[in-house]
Amino acid sequence: MKHKTIFEKIWDAHVVKRADGYPDALFIDRHFIHEVTSPQAFDGLKNKGIGVFNTSRTTATADHNVPTKDQHLPIKEALSRHQVETLRKNCKDFGVELYDLGHPYQGIVHIIGPELGLTLPGMTIVCGDSHTSTHGAFGNIAFGIGTSEVEQVLATQCILQYKPKTMKIEINGVLGKGVVSKDIILYIISKISASGATGFFVEYAGDAIRNLSMEARMTVCNMSIEMGARGGLIAPDQTTFNYIKGKKFAPQGDAFEKKVIEWQKLRTDDGATYDRVLNFDAADIAPMITYGTNPGMGMRVTDRIPTLEELKNLNEQHSFSKSLAYMGLEPGSQLLGKSVDYVFIGSCTNARIEDLRLVAAMVKGKKKAINVEVWVIPGSKQVEEQARKEGLDKIFEAAGFELRSPGCSACLGMNEDKVPAGKYCISTSNRNFEGRQGPKSRTFLASPLSAAAAAITGKVSDVREFV
Amino acid sequence: MSKDKFTLLKSTAVPLPMENIDTDQIIPARFLKATTREGFGENLFCDWRYNIIPGSSPVEKGVKSINKDFVLNDPAYSGKILVAEKNFGCGSSREHAAWAIYDFGFRVVISSFFADIFKNNALNNGLLPVVVSDSYLKKLLDAIQQNPKTEIEVDLNKQVVNMNGQEESFEINLYKKTCMINGYDDIDYLLSLNKEIREFDLAHA
Ligand code: SF4
Repeated sequence: MKHKTIFEKIWDAHVVKRADGYPDALFIDRHFIHEVTSPQAFDGLKNKGIGVFNTSRTTATADHNVPTKDQHLPIKEALSRHQVETLRKNCKDFGVELYDLGHPYQGIVHIIGPELGLTLPGMTIVCGDSHTSTHGAFGNIAFGIGTSEVEQVLATQCILQYKPKTMKIEINGVLGKGVVSKDIILYIISKISASGATGFFVEYAGDAIRNLSMEARMTVCNMSIEMGARGGLIAPDQTTFNYIKGKKFAPQGDAFEKKVIEWQKLRTDDGATYDRVLNFDAADIAPMITYGTNPGMGMRVTDRIPTLEELKNLNEQHSFSKSLAYMGLEPGSQLLGKSVDYVFIGSCTNARIEDLRLVAAMVKGKKKAINVEVWVIPGSKQVEEQARKEGLDKIFEAAGFELRSPGCSACLGMNEDKVPAGKYCISTSNRNFEGRQGPKSRTFLASPLSAAAAAITGKVSDVREFV
Repeated sequence: MSKDKFTLLKSTAVPLPMENIDTDQIIPARFLKATTREGFGENLFCDWRYNIIPGSSPVEKGVKSINKDFVLNDPAYSGKILVAEKNFGCGSSREHAAWAIYDFGFRVVISSFFADIFKNNALNNGLLPVVVSDSYLKKLLDAIQQNPKTEIEVDLNKQVVNMNGQEESFEINLYKKTCMINGYDDIDYLLSLNKEIREFDLAHA
């Protein structure tokens, strides 16, 4: 028998039909939808006069286009209100479960799936959102799709896909002081570039990955798309099973124990091969920060931005200059000590309870710098509740941080939360594209620890001086 | 959605000599509030086509003036083909990016490298992504910038791009090619598998 990677095992187990001249028809176990990329898909169903194939496999939430203040009031902006109302109507008409604003399970789609036990090992998971890769932390095939594909999955519970190539990224060794999982992934992307894994599905391995908590693993898998990968997964282990146990929609009791035995088989066979293998040493990773307008433009927080001469080719120089001009930064300069205007702690990358705890532990008894505005946006209602239960809200309040209600918030410059033009924001989110956080906003991506440090000092800081 | 069929196109082209053009540039998130597929072309590359006054509040239709330096505002350039450098369409999975490009009037995007999800989205909407070599891409960009009237022919049947007799062939998988030529949708094929899928679903409940 052929030795298989975990990716190939899961893929092959989900092929409903493999026909000559066609991509594989892949069965989808779990489909998440939200207000922004689903309305046109539901329209497609209506036009064809068909329903949702299996409503128990689809879960909806409102997250991208929602305010993070006064969520109990009607949404002020008419188009946003209409979009959320359209989701409500579609879910009602088609019989899809919706965790709407105010619901105890509402939150960012990639945060609620795992915390509700809807995300499990061995599954195929899709969502009309590229950060669906987050779910891969549980050892499943999870990837983002476009709206036409959302329609296909709603209608048939299948998607037509060519099998991507496989890549293994192995990180061994011990992480240094002040280095967290966000730094691992920013480091990898800075090494292989924003397109370094395009066409591949990544498996993360090595003891530096094994030693991470589930939430930290999700942060790594979340940003797989930022190097172009279709998705990224981590084989499940005891850490995974412990996390899942007792979660609302996960199998319970005997059914759970049975599943665990099945899930334990979800690992790459010895002797299986990948199309590409990369190795990194955890000791090389330091607190990271991005300086440009794609996530590959990252460096150690103590480094200086490259100079034009240090870049390989002319094309790159052109894009690089444009990017730095947008950011208002000089080639060869340092970011350390650069003052920032906003601190955004949130998004599907870093808005889980462990992230909030990290921040709270660091800022406890301290106050934010006067030049910064600090937003803490929990990833879900459950995260928000937990934070309050643990008294983190008091710590944030005393520090002058604003703890708001769950949503994508300033991660994408769509809802009310936007960084004003020309302002610098140190952000725990995943994209630093031009205008991502609002027209002409400037983003430095970093870990929650680095963001917390910047909140206190008002400048880009080396978190190792705090911990 | 039924798509337009595509076989052959001869047109002038618009050059975008930049790498890593992400879908947030193609269509910024604040324009994704519509619940239909139409009309996104109006805001294609909005933040590059218009100047946003720094310090102005970032409202949807804020103070804006036309950015004369951006190629889509340059009357010399027009056409149904967009030519851009590598990693075009990276970032968000928003299909609105493909809709916006199509709605604006483009039918082909040529690059040396596309992000995966964008490529799928384009193909699902009758917008043909054509991958050419870095060197051929450079030739195209240089020629268009020297003479905006340069015409490019894209022949899907033969899988060949031709500019003034300089040809390069391109890859596209047979299934997607057939879909583009006939205007077929993936969903038609999937719907035909209904029975097999039902059985699979039951067996994996
Ligand atoms: S938090 Fe940001 S990246 Fe995550 S789903 Fe929302 S918009 Fe997308």
